[in-house]
Amino acid sequence: MSFLTHLARRLLLMIPMLIGITLLLFIVTRIVPVNPLSVILTEKSMDNPEVVQAAINRWGLDKPLPEQYWIYLKNLAQGELGTSFKTKNPVAQDLRKFLPATIELAIGSFIFALLLGLPLGILSAIKSNSFVDHFTRLISLLGASMPPFWSGLILLFALYYKLKWFPGPGRIDARIGSPPTVTGLFLIDSLVAGNMNQFWSALSHLVLPSIVLGWFSLALIARITRSSLLEVLGLDYIRTARAKGMKEWFVIMRHALRNALIPLVTVLGLAFAGLMSGAIMTETIFAWPGIGRYAVESSANLDYPSIMGVTLLIAVIYMMVNLLVDLMYAVIDPRIREA
Amino acid sequence: MWVLVMGKKTNNTVSLARSEAPWVRRWRSLLHNPMAMIGLAIILFWALVALFADRIAPFDPLEQKIDQRLAAPSAEHFFGTDELGRDVFSRVVYGARISLPIGLIVIVFAMVVGSLIGASAGYIGGVYDLLIMRLADITLAFPSIVLALAIAAVLGPGLTNALIAMILVWWPEYARLMRGQVLSVKNNEYVTAAVVLGVPNWRILMRHILPNTFGPILVKASLDAGSAILNIAALSFIGLGAVPPTPEWGAMISTGRYKFYNWWMTTFPGLAMLSVVLGYNFFGDGVRDAFDPRTTSR
Repeated sequence: MSFLTHLARRLLLMIPMLIGITLLLFIVTRIVPVNPLSVILTEKSMDNPEVVQAAINRWGLDKPLPEQYWIYLKNLAQGELGTSFKTKNPVAQDLRKFLPATIELAIGSFIFALLLGLPLGILSAIKSNSFVDHFTRLISLLGASMPPFWSGLILLFALYYKLKWFPGPGRIDARIGSPPTVTGLFLIDSLVAGNMNQFWSALSHLVLPSIVLGWFSLALIARITRSSLLEVLGLDYIRTARAKGMKEWFVIMRHALRNALIPLVTVLGLAFAGLMSGAIMTETIFAWPGIGRYAVESSANLDYPSIMGVTLLIAVIYMMVNLLVDLMYAVIDPRIREA
Repeated sequence: MWVLVMGKKTNNTVSLARSEAPWVRRWRSLLHNPMAMIGLAIILFWALVALFADRIAPFDPLEQKIDQRLAAPSAEHFFGTDELGRDVFSRVVYGARISLPIGLIVIVFAMVVGSLIGASAGYIGGVYDLLIMRLADITLAFPSIVLALAIAAVLGPGLTNALIAMILVWWPEYARLMRGQVLSVKNNEYVTAAVVLGVPNWRILMRHILPNTFGPILVKASLDAGSAILNIAALSFIGLGAVPPTPEWGAMISTGRYKFYNWWMTTFPGLAMLSVVLGYNFFGDGVRDAFDPRTTSR
């Protein structure tokens, strides 16, 4: 089966999945609350009969449930996710505004996790049961056991409040101001504007939240790299390579690591789910104006249209990332395509 | 001749050693795993703290002393006081009564509900199986905390609702695992024999299939308990779990977050949570090593 057929099949499989995701969210918003209007309107506008009637018409609330779902889908297809109670903006517009900050943070933490996790995993496999190995195990254990909202506060206290090594919460120094929006990613936008002050401020603000958010992925990457490299290092072709007199680092980098990385690709999807969950906490602690904080603020205000909008967006992103991981897997390992 | 006898003797010894039931061997291996025992000790320690909280805590966890608010740790208040002058040490101690069992409650319910659904899907098959598994797929298409957040928000803030939300997003993992187990067991000869003998379906499932599928489920449950605690704490931190003034650790960290320079308000409940989650994770790893034949310790 060619790569394109594989891609097409995976894309087709996404359609029922998308329908399922919207159906589940529809059920959560329409059937769980006693009055679905409470999910669409604020308490104040519930007193206004005209607004109530308009909402009933727009979302077809007087129609049978299957028809309501159809209307919900049609609204969704037009990018209509309702209006946020809190910001009074269309939810879709809010999400567009907040998404770039989350993407920047996610990329930052992924780079942190890969840059540290990969070498730590490799070193602890080569020198198994050494100091590096124990250190990596400790880092991994903490990554899996520490609540991110707590580690964020501890880092803020130590590295910002006490040692003053890094700036406090926020995306950029308020005195410097944000760069003019091109991509919404401050690092790129400040470079486009040619303002290095903004660039350095944005970069230094990115460090702490990236560490907090990336820790979970770092733990995962280091652990998987270690165990799969250990497995590969015991195989025959590695012994052959060594017997041919190759340098040890060449054996590891060219022969072992390439094959050890395959399991790593599969956990990248898992790591990404961790990032999305972690983003909710990390953005709250670091006053990071992304969709995670938007989700938290929406739930604190019981702003249902925003909660449902952001949940749908995260589910779709998560699905796309899993598709990407799957395709990467097929690129790396031809056996997957054949299967 | 003598050699033959010796050989026989040796074989007998080997077969005697092997005659030990597998579950005895597994339990023994768990009991001899130092990390698992450290984990168990941590959990037991916190269980005792929870049990005797009223004797250990020097103050009422809800008692407010406004004149002593935000006091740093001292001989009187070991962990300092919070923004309402409540004793943080007493709150951490009483918090064990909430934070320790919630992880177990979520996991036990998700495990029982998920296993029953997954087992019935695997055993019955057909359209029912298809529908259940697609529902599981869809639920798993969300990062768990995100869907839990949406469900908890719709249900309204409160610890019970947070628990319900977590169970609703967690059961599919167990259902999927259990379904796979049942599919691999249900074609065994002893199941066919039970069918031929006319044993009712539910009895075959309960008596013959489920007991043979429980190992991997238990392993998963013991590995999941720590993350269940973290996720519930996360919901409390957001304001959708335990509501004030409940001394739940996640909620305590949440109230301390705007005063992170009063480090004691967040550090101690966080350390308590970290130790419990580490305890569950150590124990869970031990259970996996002992009960999962695929893992070999390196």
